[in-house]
Amino acid sequence: MNSALHAIRTIAKRELVSYFTSPVAYVFLVIFLLLTGFLTFTAGSFFERGEASLSAFFAWHPWVYLVLVPAVGMRLWAEERRAGTLELLLTMPITAWQAILGKFLACWLFLAIALALTFPVAITANVLGEPDNGAIFAGYLGSLFLAGAYLAITCMTSAMTRNQVIAFILSVVICLFLILAGFSPVTDLMVRWASPALVDTVAAFSVVAHFEGFQKGVIDTRDLIFFLSVIGFSLFATGVVLRSR
Amino acid sequence: MIRIDNLVKTFAAKRAVDGVSFAVERGEVLGFLGPNGAGKSTTMRMITGFIPPSSGRVSVGGHDVAEAPLRAKRLIGYLPEAAPSYPDMTVHGFLSFAAELRGLDGHARKNAVHRAVERCFLSSVLHQSIDTLSKGYKHRTCLAQALIHDPEVLILDEPTDGLDPNQKHEVRNLIRELGRTKAVVFSTHILEEVDAACTRAIIIDRGRIVANGTPAELKAMSATAGAVMLHAQGASAEKLAALGKVEALDRAFRVYPRDKGAAGDLARAVAELAGREGWKLEMLRTEEGQLDEVFRRITLPDTVNKK
Ligand SMILES: Nc1ncnc2c1ncn2[C@@H]1O[C@H](COP(=O)(O)OP(=O)(O)OP(=O)(O)O)[C@@H](O)[C@H]1O
Ligand SMILES: [Mg+2]
Repeated sequence: MNSALHAIRTIAKRELVSYFTSPVAYVFLVIFLLLTGFLTFTAGSFFERGEASLSAFFAWHPWVYLVLVPAVGMRLWAEERRAGTLELLLTMPITAWQAILGKFLACWLFLAIALALTFPVAITANVLGEPDNGAIFAGYLGSLFLAGAYLAITCMTSAMTRNQVIAFILSVVICLFLILAGFSPVTDLMVRWASPALVDTVAAFSVVAHFEGFQKGVIDTRDLIFFLSVIGFSLFATGVVLRSR
Repeated sequence: MIRIDNLVKTFAAKRAVDGVSFAVERGEVLGFLGPNGAGKSTTMRMITGFIPPSSGRVSVGGHDVAEAPLRAKRLIGYLPEAAPSYPDMTVHGFLSFAAELRGLDGHARKNAVHRAVERCFLSSVLHQSIDTLSKGYKHRTCLAQALIHDPEVLILDEPTDGLDPNQKHEVRNLIRELGRTKAVVFSTHILEEVDAACTRAIIIDRGRIVANGTPAELKAMSATAGAVMLHAQGASAEKLAALGKVEALDRAFRVYPRDKGAAGDLARAVAELAGREGWKLEMLRTEEGQLDEVFRRITLPDTVNKK
């Protein structure tokens, strides 16, 4: 057990350090902060809403992450495959799970850092009015799980190929499906030909619907379970893909 | 230490490794030879647990690689063919990372990195980023990684590839030295390395073992093994023909023995004949046989037929 944690930590540390030794991490942070800032304050009309909440901020997250999370995660395994270091890593005395978890957690932690750097938005809301800070906290938590779900999916697509571009496109497509599953124009379209049960099943995969509760300050176990199962399933699939050599 | 039983690996319809069995004990250095695409790397990848065999078993130090992979992997140091490493890390960072994954901490890790650096002559580039290293140094960095935990079993896929002649020499010496206390398997395309470092060699062709023996045994399979080369003024093929089959070379003659076991006798007989006839001897030598000739004879017909 102890040695498993040790291995996970070792892998995660290397991964995280490698982000910050390359300019990619900083470029990502800048783009993420500019983009969320722009969408919240300009397109989301944060000030004009006249309400002290971060809904204008969080509402964009499923879309911002749609591009940025696959961009960060696409190299996770594709690069190991391309460079041949996968062979090195998987012949070390660690299990594939430890490597998968280590790399995933490092990348998730990096996304958490990016998310934490948006704290000025929360401060602004507190200066201007009296927002429900519990809801803000729940929103951040939900956003973190949303990012985690996208990241786990990117992990899986990244393990399938040595080409980062393919990994990127595949994960964007899958994540887009998870957004659109509950998007009303799509569900309205589906109602015409699909049975209500099917529509409901598809809509149950909607990350937007599961994220909405968090934004209102409700931490529903069902939503948590949803995100954790997406993460769990995707990481499990990553393991299966990596083992099939 | 290493025991391989009827190992098979099939890629799609192709049998890359087709029923390979051998064992390597502590104190042995096994040279793994064979033409390109023979299945050397694939076999080594199965020993190290990177790819699962289609059928057959591998055990390392008594641990089955499929059933107790971590125990087996702990004993192995592995240099993959492409000598991969993380280009964004420094040599020191990379070796520390490898040591950490091997469960070495604190002092033990420091010592392990230090020893591996010394052994692979990396101290001059210790804090250089790996992507700025030359090919040979990258290769040595990955080799150092394989040695970091002083493993009992070493699997080295073309360890001297891309090294300069001095480094090739050093690495061969290193392999021979390590082989005294460990079980070493290394693949190579340089046949002199078999003589220089191996206690035993296996030639593999299209996934099957086609020869297995000590370097001397393999060389004895050569057609010229045991033949006597004679270079002397006045020598004549007719006189030599009394001793055995004669082949006229550029300026010398090669006499093949009638009976391979009595090689020393033939040299003596040729010398006596030269003395009787008054030939002026310039060179007289019993041939050991040549590995590259054996290698070609064993593997070439197949490669030609395949085309
Ligand atoms: N992942 C793979 N998928 C399909 N075929 C493969 C794969 N890996 C190896 N092969 C095939 O298996 C055969 C053996 O390859 P291998 O790399 O083991 O040869 P090798 O003896 O190491 O050759 P070389 O001397 O060129 O390194 C080759 O024909 C190769 O094309
Ligand atoms: Mg090879």
